[in-house]
Parts: sequence; C-alpha cells; structure tokens
Amino acid sequence: MSADTPPVRDVDAAIREALSPRPQPKPAGVVTAVLTFAWRALLKIKHMPEQLFDVVVTPIMFTVLFTYLFGGALAGSTDAYLQFLLPGILVQSVVFTSVYSGLTLNTDISKGIYDRFRSLPVWSLSPVLGTMAGDVIRYTVSSVIVFLIGFAMGYRAEAGIVGIVAVILLLDLFAAGLSWVFTTLALLVRTPSTVMTLGWMVLMPLTFASNVFVDPATMPPWLQTIVAYNPVALLVTAARAILDGAPAAGPVMAALIAPVVVTAVFGPVTMMLYRRER
Amino acid sequence: MTTPSSPAVETHGLTKTFGDKRAVDGVDLHIRRGSIFGLLGPNGAGKTTTVRLLATLLRPSAGTARVLGHDVTAEPHLVRRRVSLTGQFASVDEDLTGRENLVLLARLLGFAGRAARARADELLAAFDLADAAGRQVRTYSGGMRRRLDIAASLISTPDLLFLDEPTTGLDPRSRGRVWDIVRLLVDGGATVLLTTQYLEEADQLCERIAVIDHGRVIAEGTSAELKASVGRGVLHVRLADPLVRPAALRFLAGHLGEPVHAADDPAGLTAQLSDPARAASAVAALASSGFRLSDFSLGQPSLDEVFFALTGHPAETAADNGEGRG
Ligand SMILES: Nc1ncnc2c1ncn2[C@@H]1O[C@H](COP(=O)(O)OP(=O)(O)O)[C@@H](O)[C@H]1O
Ligand SMILES: [Mg+2]
Repeated sequence: MSADTPPVRDVDAAIREALSPRPQPKPAGVVTAVLTFAWRALLKIKHMPEQLFDVVVTPIMFTVLFTYLFGGALAGSTDAYLQFLLPGILVQSVVFTSVYSGLTLNTDISKGIYDRFRSLPVWSLSPVLGTMAGDVIRYTVSSVIVFLIGFAMGYRAEAGIVGIVAVILLLDLFAAGLSWVFTTLALLVRTPSTVMTLGWMVLMPLTFASNVFVDPATMPPWLQTIVAYNPVALLVTAARAILDGAPAAGPVMAALIAPVVVTAVFGPVTMMLYRRER
Repeated sequence: MTTPSSPAVETHGLTKTFGDKRAVDGVDLHIRRGSIFGLLGPNGAGKTTTVRLLATLLRPSAGTARVLGHDVTAEPHLVRRRVSLTGQFASVDEDLTGRENLVLLARLLGFAGRAARARADELLAAFDLADAAGRQVRTYSGGMRRRLDIAASLISTPDLLFLDEPTTGLDPRSRGRVWDIVRLLVDGGATVLLTTQYLEEADQLCERIAVIDHGRVIAEGTSAELKASVGRGVLHVRLADPLVRPAALRFLAGHLGEPVHAADDPAGLTAQLSDPARAASAVAALASSGFRLSDFSLGQPSLDEVFFALTGHPAETAADNGEGRG
C-alpha cells in the first residue's frame, strides 16, 4: 500500500469490517492469563537478549576470579576449591537474578501499559505472576551458564545429570520465592534503579556472610551463628549435598523454609500493593 | 443485564480526592449511547482522573457513576468487559512488536492461538500498520503508536471506548486519521468518550462537550451551544501603535456590541464574534477611524478563549505545581 495516496475508501471499509460486532470470546482464565504474561516475558528476552548479559557475565567473572585468586590459598588447589565454590556461585548468581522480577514490575507500573493491564477483564495479578514465571527462565539460564563454565574449568558433579537438574529446580523455587521481596520493594519505590540498589543491599550481606566462598569453620562464633541461619547458606548447603550425592532431604527442607515464609508474607503484600490504586 | 436504553455514562456528583486535592469535584455527566462525547479542559483539569474513574481504575471518593447501566463500584468486572481505555500515555509495550502487542491482548481477551493472530492481523491491516507489524513499537512514529494503541483497545469491540487525549502531540495528518477512526467506530454503534485540550477537536467530533476546570464541569452542551456562549469566531487584531489600544478596545466593543479584551501582546486585541461575518466590517471600521493595524486574523476560539468567556480567567495549566503561569 502506498503511503502517499492511501486508498481511503478501502481503509475505511477495512476499519468498518474490523470493528463490526461479532461474538466475543470469554476472557482468558487465570492459567491462560498467567501463561500469556509469561510469554510476554519471553518475548522481552527475545527482543532484548542483552538483558541476559548480567545473568551470563557476572557468574563467569566470579567463578574464574575466585577460583584462580583464592583457590590455592583457601583449599590448597584451584581444583579442590572449584568443587567447593561452584554450588556457592550457582546460588549467588540465581539469587541476584531474582531482583529482576522487581525491576520488570517497577518499569511496568510506571508506564501506561499498567493501566491497560488493569483494565482487562482478567485476574488482576496475572501480570505479576506471569512475569515471575518468565523470570524462571532467567534463573535457569543463569544456572546452566554456571554449570557450563564449571565443567569447562574441571568441575565434576558426583550426582550426575539428575543432581544437576534437581539443583536447578531447587534454585528456581528458592529464587521465585525470594522474588516476592523484590516485587514488594518494586511497588513501594519510584524507580527501577532504587529497586536494584535496595535489592543489592539485601543480597550482598546475605551472600557474603555465608558459606558461598569459604567454610564457616574458621569464622568467629557469632558469624558462624549468622551463617547457620542465613537462608542463602542453607541453600548452598542443600545444593552441595545434592551435587555431591550426599543425603539431601534434610538440607533441602531447611533451604525451602525461607522461600515458603517469604512467599506467605510478601506474596499477599505484593498483591495488596499491586491492587492499590495509584 | 444491561438495559439497552440505559445511557452509556451517567454520573451524579462524581468526586475523587487525592489527599485534600479534589481532582474531580462533583461531576454530573449524561452520555447518550452511540454518541461521541468530549471532555474539554486544560492540563490538570481532571480529565484523566474522570476517565480512570469511569474505566474502574480508580474508586470514586463520593458520588455515583453508572457505565452502560453498571455501577462502577458495585460491578467493576462487568464494566471492564464492555469498555476499553486508550490512556493518555502510550499503553502498549514498546519492547514488543506491534503484532505481539495485539496478539498478547487478544489472548488475554480470550482469543485462542490462531484466532488471536488472525484478529491482530485484521486490525493491523485496518489501521495501516501491516508493514510495521513486525517491528518493535519503540521504532514507531507518534501517529503509528497512537493507531496501535487504539487498535489495542478495539480487539474485542467495546461498547464504550475512552480515549484520553488521543491526538495530543500528533501532526495534522495523523490527527485526521484518528478522527476518521473515531467516526467509523461510532458509525458501527459504539460510544466514545474522548478528552482533549483542543476546542477544534471537540467541535469536529463531538455531539456534546463538557468543559471541565478544577475538577468541575463549567459548561456543557453541543458545540454550537458552547460557541454561542463563547462566540463563533475570534477576531485578533494587532495595532501598529500599542498606545492607542485602550481607545481601539472601546471603539471595537462599541462597534461590535460584543466582548473585546486585551491580549497578552501589548498591541493585540481579541474580540469574540457571534457572527464571524462581521469581522471584515469591524476591521474596515477600525481602519477608517484611524486605527492603523499591523495584522489581523479570524480564527476559532481557542481553549483559552473558551475559558476566558466561561470563567473570566485564562486556563491555568498545572494549577497546583506552582510552576504554571500563575
Ligand atoms: N494519583 C494522584 N495523586 C495526587 N494527585 C493527583 C493524582 N492524579 C491526578 N492528580 C491531580 O489531580 C488533578 C487532575 O489531574 P488529571 O485528572 O490528570 O488532569 P488532566 O488529565 O485534565 O490533565 C491535577 O491537579 C493532578 O495533579
Ligand atoms: Mg490527562
């Protein structure tokens, strides 16, 4: 169709036809709506793969740096340290990725699209749940990247592929649970960068005051106590147990307490804040 | 069920306060089905808030509103099924393509896979966006974005469409295209409530217009009725000598028998005319009485002039921010 001389009659006829009354489908149910919003999250990743840059580059940097910098000093050899470090880096990467749910939500509500979503005849929280479902892709990508770099550097998982899949699922669950904290934050602060900053302020101490990088045996007792209850440390313990093929049921249960509690508390808070008028 | 005879919109004393700010302050509206209704007002008048109340995005602080026969507070879900909102700021996802935006919304509205894509393509073609369908919306021009935004509101043909400042910031050609779409929509039986800052737009499109200021309706009627109170046309003259302006003002007011006021320009005068045909004789009379003119023009009354006529003060934009003209 030429832009200069639009065939006005045809266009008008096309509009008339497109707007002619016809039977309307019933609006999407909860599951379809959530899946549709998850599809939106995937489309965003497709159009902006650079969004995955952090998710890919940060874990590579951490794994390589820490292994070669500290490996010899902390564990006697880089190989031995990599065996210890990799599950920790895995947890750290995925946990940091969970801040993204908050970023996406904060960006959405600051735009006109939020009004459009809210005026649709679908369950009002489907955009939030859909976004979180889409974020599971990020967590999984993040895990896979860490495993790949680990294997390239000589990491061996005793538990094999089953253990790897189990750990990835555990991490997805944990991060999805934790992300309610960030969706709550996202609904309370004005800009995405504030969400990011606050998210890091929560996560930095959680990942460093833990068993991610070193065995807590050499830490002062007060810090050991903190590590013993730090949810991130509990998750690392569970991930190590699974990957080493050790009995993991107890540690996995312990690791899942935090995401369950966080979901029970911050899930409803997010819903309430999201429904609030603004 | 809705009774077909119920009006598209009926509000009584509709009020919305934010803190102690009365954004919408006792608005009564009655909008006939199948009509185009205009809400005309400057920035900060309460247009967006009114539309958001009617689209159930906000809850009224006081008063009642029925949309297509349903109370917005008691039955918001029923209202949502029948109305669509095109917000003032683009309510499409810039990161997705035009087609993805429409398919996404079509799925949410219940169109299954193939039907969703078919519906998206049908609308893209009708709104002259087929060529750009596969491009991210961030690459669209303002006019294309608006058309996509409106198309997104029409996926399941609504009975009532809210358009919040649909043409603000558009070039004249895109504006005309949006007007055509609105007219075609109403031909098809829908009702449109649009907000605008342009009297000309309301005049071109709307069967009835409510002028809104500080959250209150200060005038309501057909375009002709409004113009009768404001003057059908506005004569602007610019005097060669600003010093004679007071004398020229008295002369012109006497000659026309209609209100004349001094413009912001120290040499300018503005007269409201109930009969634009008198403009020529007024200009001639001024000139033959020795007032030299450097310029004159006859135009439609602007929103400012409507405001001046209705309220005696110019429209204040962003009244509360302390950064308006004050
Ligand atoms: N969420 C809000 N909180 C506080 N004040 C608001 C809010 N929304 C609008 N307002 C105020 O209400 C008034 C009307 O705003 P609005 O309805 O957006 O006007 P318009 O759309 O006509 O420009 C303005 O003074 C605006 O600052
Ligand atoms: Mg507005």
